[in-house]
Amino acid sequence: MTQAPAKSLLVPDARTRARNASERRFRLMGMAAVAIGLVALVVLLVSVLGNGLSSFRQTYVTIPITLDAAVLDKSGNRNPDEMKKVTTLGYGKLMQTALIAALAEKGVDTGDLKPKEIMGMMSKEAPADLREAVLSDPSLVGQTITFPAFATSRIDGYFKGRVTMESAARDANINPEQLALADRMAAAGLIETRLNWGFLTRPDASELRPEAAGLGVAILGSAYMMIVVLVLSLPIGVAASIYLEELAPKNRWTDLIEINIANLAAVPSIVFGILALALFINIAGLPQSAPIVGGLVLTLMTLPTIIIATRASLKAVPPSIRDAALGVGASKMQTIFHHVLPLAMPGILTGTILGLARALGESAPLLLIGMVAFVRDYPSAPPEGLFDPASALPVQVYSWTQRADPAFVERASGAIIVLLVFLLAMNALAIILRRRFERRW
Amino acid sequence: MTIRFPLLSALMAALACGPAAARDNLQIAGSSTVLPYATIVAELFGENFDHPTPVVEGGGSGAGRKKLCEGLGEATIDIANSSSRIKQSDLDLCNANGVTGVMEVRFGYDGIVFAALRDAPEYAFTPAHWFRAMSARIVQDGALVENRLRDWAEVDPALPPQEIIAFIPGSKHGTREVFDHNVLLAGCKETGAYDLYAAAAIGDEEAVKKEAEKACLDLRTDGLAVEIDGDYTETLARVQANPTGIGVFGLSFYQSNTDRLRVYTMSGVTPSVDTIASGEYPVSRPLYFYVKLAHMGVIPGLREYVAFFLSDEVAGPDGPLADYGLVPDPELHKTQAMVAAEQPMEPLSQ
Repeated sequence: MTQAPAKSLLVPDARTRARNASERRFRLMGMAAVAIGLVALVVLLVSVLGNGLSSFRQTYVTIPITLDAAVLDKSGNRNPDEMKKVTTLGYGKLMQTALIAALAEKGVDTGDLKPKEIMGMMSKEAPADLREAVLSDPSLVGQTITFPAFATSRIDGYFKGRVTMESAARDANINPEQLALADRMAAAGLIETRLNWGFLTRPDASELRPEAAGLGVAILGSAYMMIVVLVLSLPIGVAASIYLEELAPKNRWTDLIEINIANLAAVPSIVFGILALALFINIAGLPQSAPIVGGLVLTLMTLPTIIIATRASLKAVPPSIRDAALGVGASKMQTIFHHVLPLAMPGILTGTILGLARALGESAPLLLIGMVAFVRDYPSAPPEGLFDPASALPVQVYSWTQRADPAFVERASGAIIVLLVFLLAMNALAIILRRRFERRW
Repeated sequence: MTIRFPLLSALMAALACGPAAARDNLQIAGSSTVLPYATIVAELFGENFDHPTPVVEGGGSGAGRKKLCEGLGEATIDIANSSSRIKQSDLDLCNANGVTGVMEVRFGYDGIVFAALRDAPEYAFTPAHWFRAMSARIVQDGALVENRLRDWAEVDPALPPQEIIAFIPGSKHGTREVFDHNVLLAGCKETGAYDLYAAAAIGDEEAVKKEAEKACLDLRTDGLAVEIDGDYTETLARVQANPTGIGVFGLSFYQSNTDRLRVYTMSGVTPSVDTIASGEYPVSRPLYFYVKLAHMGVIPGLREYVAFFLSDEVAGPDGPLADYGLVPDPELHKTQAMVAAEQPMEPLSQ
């Protein structure tokens, strides 16, 4: 028998070195995984913010416009119903005259541009806005008002760097002389780029006027759907969980229900869309494109999430609380509503908010129920408004990315930013609720 | 907890009475090619009439026509946009569901253009070029052989030497039908492949024709003919990723992106609103929408919308639709008269 060679504890042997090395490798792999995730996030944020932040600013042409009573209100009654006969075409002519006059007054050289080309720098939405303003306040007729009107998306793109002189030379929708005139108008203070709240409040617009497109209808539609989801899924989900967790006997049936709820949570969302089309639209006869139908689909989708979260937080309430309540003579009902449910509330709310956040970003089921649509009228106030057509934030992103005009790319990214802000706010609220009210035993 | 229940009961009340209230906005669905035109008209309609802005959905021509034929009533759509003509199967479905009066409205034409990035070389195409580049089999020394051409210069020495790669619309697109019929089939006949297919086919005259036409439309499967099932924005993205690629676009899409794309001639004609209207440019198709006549006078604004869509100031040569790339229909006045008479469409002659 030979004696093993003496080993020092201070000098690691081969096996220890190998183990240490493998630990270092694992650590590095973990760091690499985190780094990849971070890089992906940064790339995503940079591209979305880089493309989309500019959609919150818009280029306006601000000119004084004389609202000529002889054109706008021939009868002189200032009666909006009669004044409606003047279409946007009539207002367009008025605006063209005002624009040319304003250029002449400021001494801006218009070069060889024809009046139609100069007017072509204004958005087609501008006369419609002017008409709207006049019809809602007929007393404006006869006055001279200073009216900020949208410039077209190409002029807007020029001031944001998307359109250049070289690209304009090849572009059928704008020419370099118009851009040069835009520069001179900016120098004269007629054109400026400033914050555009309209991006959040205005409705969608057609391909001829991307500069006027906004998220107003989509935000309202999403909000309405979230109201429906909250109002339906929270009570139903909580009631179902309380029954399953606290009252139901444990047998084969409840096991089956439990498995099915877990399975439902994993069903692809488009399947819920098909179900909704058959059930709510074809059988129940609810209207197409309406937030109520969208809300009902998303409720179906969110329910399993809420039930699972609620059951988990009910389970986390220690049995001693229940025992104590029952021990001093509370009924089962009283135990649940006075003691268990309040303690489980932070967990339930967190689960609900996360479920809502998921529902807010969902677009696939809405495809089938007609919410991926061009909707320009705001839905009225709930509850009637729930049946009016509306759009939703994620589907607005989808439909803008399909439009031909490059200006819609910027707006789609802007819509993504708005959606991300809403999601972040909801997740932050969930974290705050959890931190604030959660109790540990 | 206390605020939830009033909200819930309000919702229940709304559920009970809501759907009974009459729908006052139009519902339109269908072709994504017609979608931009329909949104432009809807926007103007909402602005200038006392009716709310119609709700316009995309989803594709076939899906739109199917929705139109789902039945009558407020839960169904009023108008289906379509970039190809309605099919007998759609009309059968309509009849089965009680939708009997359908009015066919042709409001203009759409050109289909071949375009590439700005700095791509110059091509002058003919249908025969496209057939030789895209087809599964081509004619060589009087016989059909598998297509192994990889370069446009091999297709025709007059074309610049550049690798063949083309992004064509997928089979669910209305655009594809036109591409098949006006380009591939024309090229097939021009190069003589059609006659060879017809000679090989068996059966009566009708069967031979069908067989040969079908064989003409077989595309090569080695990855040089890429079918795009999405919309033109996807085609554009693919062309940008493959600078040697050539894409098939709608004229209106090209007109919105002239700063990035250059367009190629077909049989010596440059596509434009004028050359398509005159019929010189060979690749174009009519655009339609189909109106449910039973909803006329029931859904408020339907009659006005259809008349407004077809009015000279909208669909005419100086209207906003032409600005966007619609080729105006020279027979617009006939259609206007037909719409005024609310004349249902004749049975398809086939």
